[in-house]
Amino acid sequence: MSDAAVPDPDAAAAPSWAEAALAACLLATDPAGLGGAWLRARPGPLRDRWLALLRDLLPAGLPLRRLPPNAPDSRLLGGLDLGATLRRGRPVVERGVLAETDGGVLLLAMAERMEPGAAARIAAVLDTGTVVLERDGLARRLPARLAVVALDEGLEDERPPAALTERLALPVALDGVQGPLDAPPYDSAAVGAARALLPQVQAAPGVTEALCKAAVQLGIASLRPPLMALRAARALAALEGRLAVTPADASRAAALVLSPRGVPMAAPSAEPEAEPPEDRPDPEDPGEEETDEAARRALEESVVAAARAAIPAGLLAALSPFATPRGAGSAGRSGQPRRAANRGQPIGTAPGELRPGARVSLVETLRAAAPWQPLRRQASPGPGLKLRKEDVRLVRFRQRTETTAIFAVDASGSSALHRLAEAKGAVELLLADCYARRDRVAVIAFRGTAATLLLPPTTSLTRAKRGLAGLPGGGATPISAGLDAATLLAAAERRAGRTPLVVLLTDGRANIARDGTADRARAADDAAESARRLRATGTASLLVDTAPRPQPAAARLAAEMAARYVPLPHAGAAALSRTVRATMAPS
Amino acid sequence: MDGFGAPPPATAPARPRRARRPAAAPGPRAARPVFPFSAIVGQDELRDALLLAAVDPAIGGVLALGDRGTGKSTAVRALAALLPPMRSVAGCPYNCDPARPAALCEACRGRPVRAVTVPVPVVDLPLGATEDRVAGALDIERALSGGVKAFEPGLLARAHRGFLYVDEVNLLEDHLVDLLLDVAASGENVVEREGISLRHPARFVLVGSGNPEEGDLRPQLLDRFGLAVEVRTPTDLKARVEVVKRRDAFDRDPEGVTAAWAPAEAALRDRLTAARARLEAVIVPDSAIEDAARLCIALGTDGLRGELTLTRAARALAALEGDPEVTLAHLRRMAPPALRHRLRRNALDEAVATTRVERAMEEVFGA
Repeated sequence: MSDAAVPDPDAAAAPSWAEAALAACLLATDPAGLGGAWLRARPGPLRDRWLALLRDLLPAGLPLRRLPPNAPDSRLLGGLDLGATLRRGRPVVERGVLAETDGGVLLLAMAERMEPGAAARIAAVLDTGTVVLERDGLARRLPARLAVVALDEGLEDERPPAALTERLALPVALDGVQGPLDAPPYDSAAVGAARALLPQVQAAPGVTEALCKAAVQLGIASLRPPLMALRAARALAALEGRLAVTPADASRAAALVLSPRGVPMAAPSAEPEAEPPEDRPDPEDPGEEETDEAARRALEESVVAAARAAIPAGLLAALSPFATPRGAGSAGRSGQPRRAANRGQPIGTAPGELRPGARVSLVETLRAAAPWQPLRRQASPGPGLKLRKEDVRLVRFRQRTETTAIFAVDASGSSALHRLAEAKGAVELLLADCYARRDRVAVIAFRGTAATLLLPPTTSLTRAKRGLAGLPGGGATPISAGLDAATLLAAAERRAGRTPLVVLLTDGRANIARDGTADRARAADDAAESARRLRATGTASLLVDTAPRPQPAAARLAAEMAARYVPLPHAGAAALSRTVRATMAPS
Repeated sequence: MDGFGAPPPATAPARPRRARRPAAAPGPRAARPVFPFSAIVGQDELRDALLLAAVDPAIGGVLALGDRGTGKSTAVRALAALLPPMRSVAGCPYNCDPARPAALCEACRGRPVRAVTVPVPVVDLPLGATEDRVAGALDIERALSGGVKAFEPGLLARAHRGFLYVDEVNLLEDHLVDLLLDVAASGENVVEREGISLRHPARFVLVGSGNPEEGDLRPQLLDRFGLAVEVRTPTDLKARVEVVKRRDAFDRDPEGVTAAWAPAEAALRDRLTAARARLEAVIVPDSAIEDAARLCIALGTDGLRGELTLTRAARALAALEGDPEVTLAHLRRMAPPALRHRLRRNALDEAVATTRVERAMEEVFGA
């Protein structure tokens, strides 16, 4: 969908095995300190090789676990161990995977599919080294100092939640690695020695400054990456058996930790491009000790230069595998559709009969049974818990289905010139309305010859607004493409268990056919066909005519879609919002 | 094979575990020192908001939204260590205040109470918590072993008279948010489940933090917070370097750093104690109340919560700064955090809310 220039995937841009192997050595040296690795690689022998390398470098006997995607909280955080509880007649804690991995390394399978909620739970554990368990009537603090390796098989701009990747010091890309897979630069004995040495390693003055500066120059807003780069620099020194971090360590750490996250400035003129380290004039107060200052400056320059140089050559910011996919500032989630788990949100428990498909709430069942135990034991002596049918408690789920409002916005010249601002205003209005009802929104813009998904379905208004602000205007009117994209997205949303609603904002004057040729007649036919296709899916829809005067073309299109037709000039803010609400109401 | 397989057999579920923790569970704070509050670089608005909520809990909670990696949760956890201890009834699960006999819980009423000094609770409500632990529920252990129907208080009870902290509050499950809303509104937790019918006081300062890019906060919950703070990463290189240095120093030597900052912490704690003592004596002139009202009218905020919170926050600020009387300067400083989340909800205007408050202040108070 991106129309950005694709650089030739030349060998210079390819990730190197040597770097990846070094990252494994670093992680094995200071697992909990570095938080972990973000391993962007397809499954295969290369990835297995890297993981095996990491395992060999770690001390023997460390817990190594793998967390399947979408593990429930009871497995992630822990909960009541029912079997043991029943056997022993008192609550027994079952530790979750996080607590079980204390002191070791946890692999997150398919991290790019992870939901923000799960990522936030893991992030909290990475921050505090503790699982705060408040579940199933149990309150525990379980130690969980661990490192995480996020296995990211994401395509294009699919990425693990930023809350997670932020906390993993080492981004490692393996796809495209070529050449011999040499042995790692350090063996497990060297790594073990480094681990012992690490607490004594000191960073020379100026190292922190240099790393922070490099982070700023790379456009990294968060303060975690420079902090982690500092730790990586210490680990590098420890691996070399040194007690002091050298400028070379800092540069390498910057290249490993910071560069892959870098979003080079849009306007590189803001800061002069990597100039030679020595001959930069000292603009600031010369009152300080000059030699110190000069050395410090040289260090900063070389670290920044190293960090920049390590950015894959020729790659645009958006195409660097670890860089923020869109928007500026802090990294946003790329918003892949979330699992349909929201549908089945547990909202409590109720007595009920056991039947296939029903989810028993074990804890509540236990609670129901518990007070009767002495009595029942009198009636039928014997060990173990006496459960009766009437004790059974089932989990109730909220049946509310969510709605996703898909806005397909005509950003073409015919629409845009006079109406785009108003259309944007209308969308903002509708977005605010959706927000109030906590619906998901998605925005598709079409112009020129194609439709672009500006905003994948999200509940975040902040992102919705940003997506809309960047909506470009001008060009031809490929209504057919816009409708097709909306139909496709609607189908995906329906698969995820949500109810889609398509809101098309256009003046109805299609002039680009589906195959991209500029032919007004065929464009209209294609648009009508796309409209019928959308109608066939049974998706509720609404067409907002953005033309200054209502257009017969738009009205016809609305009829083909079986959409409500709302001419914008007549649709006041409130009226528009009412109409959308009415369309969304279950028919 | 990568060697990271299923759990090895060593972790079979039925391993015997040590006995249940003693009734008075040590908080997470006991485990390891936390980063000192005074050592936090920048983030003045967030620090002020937390201190003011500690001076006057009636301000009604603090919401910190903003960038990642800015130390939002660090600040909240640091507050826990900073707060001056409080007096509480020994053994009371609800932290009853011995100085207020009228507000004692049912268990403490009608029996001689012994007062002890305890730390102010700062309770974490983690994502993934289940409702029974939040609201409290039947104590399974006592029910299983003795057939006793006893109530095991939850996090809401533990947080009474203290702080309840929800990190990533925008990701909190809906049914827990509902529970929080209800309790925050009434100051009381009503439990009606599995044959237990009970109510206990639950008045706490709700502190939430999160990143708005991961999902928005429900408008109803937004309203519950007295102060809303926008947290941004410092852009100044010096400040950024200082943050990284202090954090790194702490991670490498928590005890040493804690000791080094102990005098600053003690001074801040004294300031907090003094501010609390002064609070009631701070004069709130009618003109200040009028100014607050005029500002709220100009902004079109709903209801009276805005004015009330603004005046209270300004008064707490005056107390904290040692000023005898609330002035326009106090109002000006507190207006953005007290009002920015109460503007007539065009939710899309969130980003410019601060600007709107500032513009209104210029109009109402003059530049």
